[in-house]
Amino acid sequence: MCAHPASRDADAMSVIEVSELRKSYGGRPVVDGVSFAVQEGEIFGVLGPNGAGKTTTVECVEGLRVPDAGRVRVTGLDPIADHEKVARVLGAQLQQSELQAKLTVREALELYASFHARPADWRPLAERLGLTGRLTTRFAKLSGGQKQRLFIALALIGNPRIVVLDELTTGLDPRARRDTWDLIEDIRANGVTVLLVTHFMEEAQRLCDRIAVIDKGRVAALDTPAGLIRRSAGATVISFTPSAPLDDADLDALPALASVEHHDGRVTLSGTDETVSAVLTLLARLHITAHQLRVTEATLDDAFLDLTKEAAA
Amino acid sequence: MSTAVLKGSRGMNSAVLRTEIRLFRREPGALFWILLFPTLLLVILGSIPSFRDPEADLGGLRTIDVYVPVAVLLGLIVGGLQAMPQTLTGYRERGILRRMATTPVRPSALLAAQMTVFGGAALTSALLALAVGRLAFDVRLPEQPAGYLLALVLAVLVSLALGAVVCALSRTTKIAGAVGSAVFFPAMFCAGLWAPVQTMPDVLARIVGYTPFGAAAEALNRAAAGDWIGWTHLGVLVAWTVLLTAGAARWFRWE
Repeated sequence: MCAHPASRDADAMSVIEVSELRKSYGGRPVVDGVSFAVQEGEIFGVLGPNGAGKTTTVECVEGLRVPDAGRVRVTGLDPIADHEKVARVLGAQLQQSELQAKLTVREALELYASFHARPADWRPLAERLGLTGRLTTRFAKLSGGQKQRLFIALALIGNPRIVVLDELTTGLDPRARRDTWDLIEDIRANGVTVLLVTHFMEEAQRLCDRIAVIDKGRVAALDTPAGLIRRSAGATVISFTPSAPLDDADLDALPALASVEHHDGRVTLSGTDETVSAVLTLLARLHITAHQLRVTEATLDDAFLDLTKEAAA
Repeated sequence: MSTAVLKGSRGMNSAVLRTEIRLFRREPGALFWILLFPTLLLVILGSIPSFRDPEADLGGLRTIDVYVPVAVLLGLIVGGLQAMPQTLTGYRERGILRRMATTPVRPSALLAAQMTVFGGAALTSALLALAVGRLAFDVRLPEQPAGYLLALVLAVLVSLALGAVVCALSRTTKIAGAVGSAVFFPAMFCAGLWAPVQTMPDVLARIVGYTPFGAAAEALNRAAAGDWIGWTHLGVLVAWTVLLTAGAARWFRWE
């Protein structure tokens, strides 16, 4: 199996391996041949539109669903056959899952701590998650942000090596979302590998080391956020109003140019970073001033739309 | 979700059980209807003077005497058929079972804890009804305590099994509530809430005797009177328990 030493090394560092995973519901394939490997210590994003198969994929990793075909390994273990061992190293925060309405925060923390042989001390954990003032509050009385923080605490209480966070910040206000991002970076800084399911581009771009873009049950792309952005055509857009007319031939000669538009004396070019420097050099050479110069980077948003559009075609 | 994923082998978890007991104590509705209401009903009936006079129709028993087993079964039926399916269906609906499935403890621990809590509450309710019957209205305690206890335990098991079937067949708490109520009234009829089994016409009494709670009522009556509960009633109770448990196990969905 390990013909190449390099691939063996990569295997040794993978804490999650998914290969050729398939899962159908009622004959409709929801996950259709998904493969990826998550390295120890990284924040790995699973990004995709609603219904793309993200949650089903991670549920197979968590051992909540039995794959129809393919292989899933968590620290080398099968999440179905070795469920208990996997549950000891993997903490999960589920999408749309609650707790008993009248259970208090403290009781929930103590209960879930009791499930593990070597749990984290829940007091500092509650402190870190800002739950100390809510320990005697019942679950039903918590705010959305507090519930999410409690779920994160429950996912971390077993001192896991990996946490799976599914749509963690959905429904949170922007402030709470940013606090949660800091928290995720904090979790990783403590050596925990994070598998993050999201449909927020900003979140994926800010947090993830690598992202698997999943669309219609398949991996449409797998790269770093910067790599994904670079892949999309016309990643960088330069627009300006030149102090003197420009020759189209000069513009067309620019490197990596994707498109040129003229509108009311304003020039809009799309291309890459290379195009930007070349156009600035060109303008300087012609002694033309670029008024209201704007350079906008494509975001992961653009890359994502680009990728999922391709897959749709 | 396949049953195999979540079922697991380890049943009871003491921390989960302690938590569920604590949560049960926070439900004033369940506490009242399961623990207090049957005894309260007994007290109300016992306060009617004519119910404390021996009746020829009842073989010389007083009305209050025949209502003690009804009160005993009432707590079982409310707990097993109405309270437990509501709670468990809610746990499934709100993803509480799923969350438990991501921990080293399986969601079957929650199921086992729920059964224990509601079974225990039903037994407590039964003992309270017996004690109040004895102390306040001088109803004789069962003359065959061992047979009575056996019948009582079987009745608890059959009500939990029936509740588990209700839970297995109901996708939502609303459906569980409706199904629970639909089964509740026939069950209470069979237990003898409207007319104790002794006063039913023969044919009806025989039919009722083949239902879970009809058989339970008759078994409790016989043990109370000092007779052996009878293989027929015992067999009916065991058969229903086995049948309903198998059905619940087959149809129950963890998600």
